[in-house]
Amino acid sequence: MTASPGHNKELAERAYRIRRNAVLMGEVQGQGYIAQALDIADVLAVAYFHAMRYRPDDPDWEGRDRFLLSNGHYAIALYAALIEAGIIPAEELETYGGDESRLPMSGMAAYTPGMEMSGGSLGLGLSIAVGKAMGLKRKGSDSRVYVLFSDGELDEGSVWEAIMAAAHHKLDNIIAIVDVNNQQADGPSTQVMGFEPLVDRLEAFGWHTQRVDGNDLDAVVKAFDAARDHGEPKPRMIIADTLMGKGVPFLEAREKNHFIRVEAHEWKLALDALDAGRLG
Amino acid sequence: MTKPVLTSSGKPRLTTSAMIASIAGEGQRTKPAPFGHALVAAAKERPEIVGLTADLGKYTDLHIFAQAYPDRFYQMGMAEQVMFGAASGLAAEGFTPFATTYAVFASRRAYDFIHQTIAEEDRNVKIVCALPGLTSGYGPSHQATEDLALMRAIPGMTVIDPCDAHEIEQAVPAIADHRGPVYMRLLRGQVPLVLDEYGYRFEIGKAKVIRDGTDVLVISSGLLTMRTLEAAAKLAADKVSVAVLHAPTIKPLDTATILAEAGKTGRLVVVAENHTVVGGLGEAVAGLLMRNGLSPRFRQIGLPDEFLAAGALPTLHDRYGISTDAICTSLKAWLAG
Repeated sequence: MTASPGHNKELAERAYRIRRNAVLMGEVQGQGYIAQALDIADVLAVAYFHAMRYRPDDPDWEGRDRFLLSNGHYAIALYAALIEAGIIPAEELETYGGDESRLPMSGMAAYTPGMEMSGGSLGLGLSIAVGKAMGLKRKGSDSRVYVLFSDGELDEGSVWEAIMAAAHHKLDNIIAIVDVNNQQADGPSTQVMGFEPLVDRLEAFGWHTQRVDGNDLDAVVKAFDAARDHGEPKPRMIIADTLMGKGVPFLEAREKNHFIRVEAHEWKLALDALDAGRLG
Repeated sequence: MTKPVLTSSGKPRLTTSAMIASIAGEGQRTKPAPFGHALVAAAKERPEIVGLTADLGKYTDLHIFAQAYPDRFYQMGMAEQVMFGAASGLAAEGFTPFATTYAVFASRRAYDFIHQTIAEEDRNVKIVCALPGLTSGYGPSHQATEDLALMRAIPGMTVIDPCDAHEIEQAVPAIADHRGPVYMRLLRGQVPLVLDEYGYRFEIGKAKVIRDGTDVLVISSGLLTMRTLEAAAKLAADKVSVAVLHAPTIKPLDTATILAEAGKTGRLVVVAENHTVVGGLGEAVAGLLMRNGLSPRFRQIGLPDEFLAAGALPTLHDRYGISTDAICTSLKAWLAG
């Protein structure tokens, strides 16, 4: 598929539905990483409904592209996408975070169809992606490894080990996405531990690097296409600048939104805000 | 040990403090790089075997495999975290990675990666680590005195502490056949050859009586089985009868054999290991006996709960009680007491 007004309209609808799924799951528990789910929904819509190859009824299909969620606390966002993609039945949404649920609050491979790794401890995903990319090349597979991690994970030395290793082993089948929402547990990421200039650093480390507005669907589609089509034997990084709480203005405006509590009456307000944005 | 080299002032130079100290005694039969050669043999049968190292290929004998199968070898640099994460990823794609480094760097530096990306995801990765316990004179940076305690604590991890070249040769195909994560300690370079004389066969999860005796039952693993067999031979001259039950699989422990042997009355029960007395084979056996209502006289031979000194290995092994002579002294004292 290529970018077209009709296609991007479909992606916008997918992104809306991913956000809606996430808010509905958040309401089940009364709390959660809702602001992150809202910020990354556009990237997930492009990954699952534009870029990636998979079979909803066969999540372990050998020919699939692998999607690794390194930041396991974004599980609510990925579940929302997996439900929308038909990999997880929609009725399981109501089990989110509950006893015996396949949708635990942190993403774990053993629990959930379509979940390729357990990511609760941060800074693991890119290293696993390196091994998967090497393994796919060994098998002669043309499947790609998509890996999503957060700007906060750039604090972890292991991420930079993996960045070096991926370039050294010329793993051009890795497409990594870093969600730069500038928010981590103790405050703005750039204040917790400076990581800029990120483009310069990643290019110096040998990666094909693009920086886009992660909430601009058209820009995200073009970035995924360029990452896929790039000819050089380099791993590819998409730096996605995103807005916490995107699509729900009163959450966008909330200052401390790393892990938010939403008052009971606010869930309806959040859904209404998403609906308003969808119509707009 | 090698003959002393004299310094210009005529004093003997202690050369065994080198990091690459050999644990082979003078005149002891050895085999070169048993792990490397055994892995090459296993890899002939199993095309899914790949090798990774973190800048220690030559020092874990993995270079033998790398030379035989250069396209199945991944150099990951001095970066243990990405090496174990990548091993997990390769295993997820159907390969059987053998990942090597020193035991200290696997167990301490990359513990979370082994715990989360390998064990928690039940990936078929074989972690093979040189310099186990006190086999380096470089001080605590290189002395893996806690690795068995750490690895044993991880659910689903198989933990193996082989004794000699004979056992390493048999353990490599066995762990390649085994489905699931394995941590194996490694003796590398010129590795002593001992257990072949006893007709011993390695099996995962099995402890085996190597030598029977009536006064003491020593349950041991790794290097300490070799030393205990030497001690038993010496003590036999003093009419002290020592049984040696070799338990190379620390986890899962061979509970049936250990309970059967420790349940025979009249013997002092001693556990001997090249590891801190905290959390290794000794405490595993003690817990097993207590839970099953057995309370023989019980003692531990192992490294003290402290950061060990740097220096020449023979000196350190004597000081910390794991040399053959030190084992003889301890056993005699406990039998007299």
